Amino acid sequence: MRYLPKSDAERREMLAVCGLGSLEDLYAHLPAETKLDRPLALPPGKSEYEILDYFKARAAENAAGYASFLGAGVYAHYRPVLCDVVASRGEFLTSYTPYQAEIAQGTLTTIFEFQTMVCQLTGMEVANASMYDGSTAVPEAALMAMRITGRERVLVARSVHPEYREVLATSARNGRWEVATFGYDAASGRLNMADLESKLNRETACVIVQSPNFFGVVEQLKDAAALAHQVGALLVMVFTEAVSLGLLEPPREADIVAGELQSFAITPSYGGPFAGIIATREKYIRQIPGRLVGLTKDAAGNRAFCLTLSTREQHIRREKATSNICTNQALIALMATVFMSVYGKAGLRELAEQNLAKAHYLAGGVERRFDAPFFNEFVVPCRGRSPEAVNAVLLEKKIIGGLPLGRFYPELANCLLLCATEMSKRADMDLVREALQA
Amino acid sequence: MIRKSRSHITQNESLLFELSSPGKLGYQLPALDVPAVDPAATLGADNVRAGIEGFPEVSEVETLRHFSRLSTWNYGIDLGLFPLGSCTMKYNPRINEVVARIDDLAWAHPYQPESLSQGAMEIFAALECSLCEIFGMDAVTLQPAAGAHGEYTGIMLIRAWLAAQGDPRQVVLVPDSAHGTNPATAVIAGYEVRNIRSNEQGMVDLTALESSLDDTVAALMVTNPNTLGVFDENIAKVCALMHSKGAQVYMDGANMNALVGLSRPGDFGIDVLHSNLHKTFSTPHGGGGPGAGAVGVRSHLEPFLPHPRVRKDPQGAWTWDYDRPRSIGRVKAFYGNFGVIVRALAYILAHGSAGLRNATLDALLNANYIRKLLEPHYQIAYPAPSMHECVFSDARQAARGVRTGDIAKRLIDYGFHPYTVSFPLIVHGAMMIEPTETEPKQELDLFCDALISIAHEIETDPQVVLHAPHLTRTSRVDEVAAARKPVVRWKPA
Repeated sequence: MRYLPKSDAERREMLAVCGLGSLEDLYAHLPAETKLDRPLALPPGKSEYEILDYFKARAAENAAGYASFLGAGVYAHYRPVLCDVVASRGEFLTSYTPYQAEIAQGTLTTIFEFQTMVCQLTGMEVANASMYDGSTAVPEAALMAMRITGRERVLVARSVHPEYREVLATSARNGRWEVATFGYDAASGRLNMADLESKLNRETACVIVQSPNFFGVVEQLKDAAALAHQVGALLVMVFTEAVSLGLLEPPREADIVAGELQSFAITPSYGGPFAGIIATREKYIRQIPGRLVGLTKDAAGNRAFCLTLSTREQHIRREKATSNICTNQALIALMATVFMSVYGKAGLRELAEQNLAKAHYLAGGVERRFDAPFFNEFVVPCRGRSPEAVNAVLLEKKIIGGLPLGRFYPELANCLLLCATEMSKRADMDLVREALQA
Repeated sequence: MIRKSRSHITQNESLLFELSSPGKLGYQLPALDVPAVDPAATLGADNVRAGIEGFPEVSEVETLRHFSRLSTWNYGIDLGLFPLGSCTMKYNPRINEVVARIDDLAWAHPYQPESLSQGAMEIFAALECSLCEIFGMDAVTLQPAAGAHGEYTGIMLIRAWLAAQGDPRQVVLVPDSAHGTNPATAVIAGYEVRNIRSNEQGMVDLTALESSLDDTVAALMVTNPNTLGVFDENIAKVCALMHSKGAQVYMDGANMNALVGLSRPGDFGIDVLHSNLHKTFSTPHGGGGPGAGAVGVRSHLEPFLPHPRVRKDPQGAWTWDYDRPRSIGRVKAFYGNFGVIVRALAYILAHGSAGLRNATLDALLNANYIRKLLEPHYQIAYPAPSMHECVFSDARQAARGVRTGDIAKRLIDYGFHPYTVSFPLIVHGAMMIEPTETEPKQELDLFCDALISIAHEIETDPQVVLHAPHLTRTSRVDEVAAARKPVVRWKPA
C-alpha cells in the first residue's frame, strides 16, 4: 500500500528486533472476545486515479454550472489564489498545534497577526486563535458572559441565524441554563427594542444580537447595548458576513463579539469547515475560551510568540477549564489571514462596497419585506406564488434563487432571503429580478 | 552525533503591520458591472466606518514572501517524524487535498436544493457507513466539528437516553489517565466528575471502579488503548459492569489508530465513541485544525443523534431528515465539516479493507520497535504490552537533573519534533511516543539514535541538554513572561 513506507524484508527485520514472529503477534495479547475475526467489509483499496474519478462523479451530482443567490450564513466570495498557495505549504498544512514554540514560530506568528486583524476589524482588544465556527462560538460567548456576570439567563434575538440559535439551545439544555428569545420589528426587520426591554432583567447575563442580522438588516447596536448595560448584562454581537466589517461601523459597544470568517477565503464546502472567532475587551481576557497566542522573547532576546494563558484550558485545568475546546481552526484561520493581507485596508473596503452595490442592484424594483438598511442580503415577499415556485422558475435557468424562510420563520412563509456578492453577475441578477417581479 | 539535521539560513521577517505602507495594494477587483451606491446614503452615515485602523497595506509579492518565510520556521510531517503521543501525526495524502477542492464539492452551498446536493449527501452516507463498519457501531453522526466536540455530543446522547428513562443521573467517571478534554466535557454537559485510579498495569482498576459505581453514575469515559498505549484487557468486563448498573460507556477514540481492522469498540461493549478524523483518518492537523469528530453509537442511542440525519427517501434520493423528535438537537450549524469528511473518505477508499488493517499493524510494529530500541536507555512507564504508542518516564535522567521537557527540546536539535511531554499525568516525567504507520524504518532508526545519543549526553554533559535547542532560529521561548503580562495583538510602537 502506497502510504506504508516499508518493505516486507524491513518488517521482518523489525519483528526480529522485537522478538516477534509475525505481525499478528503484535496484538496476540488482546482478549479473544475483543478481536475482530474477519476482514472489514469494505471494498479493496483504490488508486489515486480511481479516487479522483469517484469524487468527480459525486461533484457532478451537485449543482454543476448553476449561479446561486444563497447567503444565510454562507457566502460565495472570490478566493485570491495566494490563500491556497500558502495553506498548501506542508510546513503549515502538516504541523500540529504549536505547543513546541521553537519550531512553530510560523504558525504562532500568523495566529498573532490573525488575532490583531480580528481586533482591528471588530473594534475589540483581544481575539482568540479561532473557534470551530460561528454557530459554536455563540454558546461559548454565552458561557463566557455567564462566567463574567455570575448570571444564568441569556436573551437572544430571533433575527440571529436560526441554526446558531439551535446550537445555543442544545448547549443550554445540557448545561441547565436558560435561553429566551425576543423579537424583531415587523416593519424594519430590526430588533424589537420594546420586547427586549420587557424581557431584560437583573438575571440576564447577556443579550445576543446579530448584525447584519439573518435578514441582512443592519442593526442599531448602540441602543441594544445601552439597554443591556442598564441591567448589568453584556452585549454579544454576532456576525456571519465578515465582509460587512469592511464598511460597517465596528461593534464598539459590544462586550463580546462572536463571528464567522467563512467569507474570508473559505469555500462554502457544503457547510464546513469554517472558522469562528471570539473577541472581547482586555479586562475579560482570562474568561475567553480557546487558544491565545502571546508575544514574548526567546533566550537570545529575539521576539518570539507562544501559546499563552493556557491555565484556562482543558489540558491544564481539566474539569475546571473555561471550555472543553481543544482544536481551533488554524489552517482556515491562516487562509483568512492571507485573505485579509491580500485585500488589506483599501481592498476590504472596496470589496464591501461592491457587495453593497450588487445587492442593491439585485433589490432594484423588487418589493422588500423590511425597510431598514441592508448590506448584501434582503428579504423579498412573493406575491401570489410560493417562494418555492419562484425558485423553480429560476432553476430552469440554471439559477439557484433565495432561501425560503418558512422553515425558520412561519410568519415569513411567503418570503425568500436573497444574497448578492461581488461574484454575482449582472445578467443573472436581471433574470432573478425578472422572476421576482413576474 | 546529529545525523538527521544541520543548520541552514532562515530569513528574518517582520509582521504584516510593520511591512505595511499606505497605498500599497495586493488585490484588484473587476470593475463594477452595476451602478455604485453611496455607503453613507444607503446605510446611514452613523453606520459607516472610517478605514480600518492599523489594517495592513501590503503588495502581492510581499504577502507571498511573508507567509513563505514564516512557513520555514515551522516543522511538519512533510519534513519528518512527528511522534506526538495520542495525536496520530501521520502522512496527509495529497490526493485528499485535491478532491476536497473539486469545484462542485468545495462550492456546494449547504442550502442548495437537495436535488442538487445528491453527491455531497452520498459522501456523508458513504463515510457514515464505512465508519459504522470500522467502529462496530450501528449509526454514526458526522456533525461535530472536532474531537472534544464529539465527546460533548456523546455525553449529551447518554444524558438524553438516561433522561428518557426518567433520570439523567449526576456523575461521570473519568480514569486518571484520561485526556483533559474528558473531564472538561463532562462538566460542560452538566455532570460532576469523579476520577478513577488506574491499576499497576495502567488499566482501569476494577475494584476502584466498582466502589465508585452507584446509581448516580451516568457513564464512564474510557480511552482504549489508553493514553499509555495499553489495551485495557478488562474492557469487556468494565462495560458489562457499567451496564449492570444501568450506566453507559463512552470511549474516547483518540487512539483508534491502534484498532482499525483488528478490534471494534462496538463489539467489546462500548455504547458511544468519537473518532478524530484528523488523527486516524489522515486529514491534516493544519497547525491545530480543522478537525472533525465522528461519533458512533449503538442502536439504543440512535434516536437521540443530532438532527438532521441523511437518509434515503422512498424514491431512492438522499434527503435530510429533520423529523427527529428525540434528537438532542443541533451541535453545529449545517451538517458537519464536509471538507474534512471528503478527505477522510478518500483515505478509507485508498486503503480499502486490507490496507486499513495493514496500516494498523505497521503502527503497532513501529511503536514496539521504538520501545525495544529505547528500553535499555529510558524507563518504560508500565510493563504492559504497547499498542500504537509507548510511554517512558524520565526517571533515570531526572537523577541527573534533566527532565522530559529538556530532552524534548534537545530532540529538536536532532531534527525531530518532540514527543508529547508530561502526559499522561499518571506518569511522572512522561515521554509519550506515537510514530504512526507512515514512518520508514530509516526515520525510526534515526529517531532512536537521537534519543540514545541524548541519554549519553545527559551522562556526560547535561548542560547541552538543559539549554537546548541550540540550532533553531528561535531559542528557548519564555512562556512565563508571555503569561505574566499578555500581549495578544500588535500595537504600533
